[in-house]
Amino acid sequence: MQLPDAETLCRQLAEQIRPCLKPDTVLIGIRTGGEWLTRRLHALLGLELPFGVIDISFYRDDYGAKGLHANPQRTNIPFSIENAHVILVDDVLYTGRTARAAINEIFDFGRPACIELAVLVDRGGRELPIAARYCAHTLPEPLPDSQNLQLEQAENSGLTLRLIHA
Amino acid sequence: MLNPQLNRHGELQHLLTLDGLPREIIISILDHAAPFTEVAEREVKKLPLLRGKSIFNLFFENSTRTRTTFEIAAKRLTADVVNLNVSTSSTSKGESLLDTIDNLCAMHADMFVVRHAASGAPILIAQHLLATGRDHIHVINAGDGRHAHPTQGLLDMYTIRHYKRDFTQLSIAIVGDVLHSRVARSQIAALKTLGVPDLRVIAPKTLLPSAIESMGARTFHDMREGLRDVDVIMMLRLQNERMAGALLPTPQEYYKVWGLTAEKLALSKKDAIVMHPGPMNRGIEIDSAVADGAQAVILPQVTFGIAVRMAVMSMLAGN
Repeated sequence: MQLPDAETLCRQLAEQIRPCLKPDTVLIGIRTGGEWLTRRLHALLGLELPFGVIDISFYRDDYGAKGLHANPQRTNIPFSIENAHVILVDDVLYTGRTARAAINEIFDFGRPACIELAVLVDRGGRELPIAARYCAHTLPEPLPDSQNLQLEQAENSGLTLRLIHA
Repeated sequence: MLNPQLNRHGELQHLLTLDGLPREIIISILDHAAPFTEVAEREVKKLPLLRGKSIFNLFFENSTRTRTTFEIAAKRLTADVVNLNVSTSSTSKGESLLDTIDNLCAMHADMFVVRHAASGAPILIAQHLLATGRDHIHVINAGDGRHAHPTQGLLDMYTIRHYKRDFTQLSIAIVGDVLHSRVARSQIAALKTLGVPDLRVIAPKTLLPSAIESMGARTFHDMREGLRDVDVIMMLRLQNERMAGALLPTPQEYYKVWGLTAEKLALSKKDAIVMHPGPMNRGIEIDSAVADGAQAVILPQVTFGIAVRMAVMSMLAGN
């Protein structure tokens, strides 16, 4: 399968978001792919408010089965969530469980006015009632579970999508 | 030999002692603790990791700080916490330690946090759980006799790493009542595992265990000599309640010779940090001016202790 160019998708995603920006819009990226993407979108959109980064390791629903994630990092939300207009950013939307965990975590910082979801690619396979408002690319057929689609960042910070067969 | 703290996959099953705990696991606990420090700054200081788990704080010996920080750590992880002050309950009616454990297992405990005056009580509980096929229940040693106090040792390591970064460049002095101190034994074990090249123990001869050098520490009986150019000073509490016989003349004389004063602190490096596991005896092992001074990191130790205990609990419950 030919994967689309992540850099092009990133610019398209920024253009989808741009008309919907409000003065108080803040971006929160889900570590790690969503963080890279957020850094990019933040610059492309010329936002003045800082962006946040969220690590959902402590909110995963598979902790009971898999234990603690090997390398949890600090969540950093350097602004008030109270009444904020939040755009949650992730690289690939799959089951929706990561987005669910991130939404729960955001609510532990306050009550936002709204949360919208922006993703680079929707690969199908949802297990929860979650949809992205902004999505740069939807795969024509859902990917099988055995395949893992992920965003990678090169040393020159170029973004690429990669498909891994388990 | 099989390490009784690890499961068959080499993961942490119980936390009983830092002696013999692999370096990778110590580092992993310190790494995991870092993101937990951020939770205290949130609107909702709670993570859902241990939702539905029951943690029993079993304190056969009095403690305020350790019990409270374990309780806060467990509550911030959304566990249900039951505090048993056993010194005033069934044990005084004659129930054995393992009968107490069996009863609490029947109440569906998921984790025990144990403090006991007898060295080895937590490992006895862990072995009992294994022998009775209840190895899904975890045990954390919150201090046993003179043996070990691993979470205190870990929070001390976290504190040192926070301020000093690289263990392999440090001179560290442990000062005071080493003889009665489980804290000192845990500190020495961890500091050696983490590669501290210059580890010193400063104490009067009556308060040093025999063969302390075999743990890899150099001994000093002169505080001024021992503190020279150290990066970290780890004070110990003078454990009056454990003293039997004439180990010391008077507290006043102890302070004069072994108390950490500004004048003695000045012999260490300019940026040396002063640590104390608490509770402090001001005017006996440490002068108030030092305890409240700019080089003291005694209160940060307490705060880091919560994050370290959260990390240990969530790593155990997930393995």
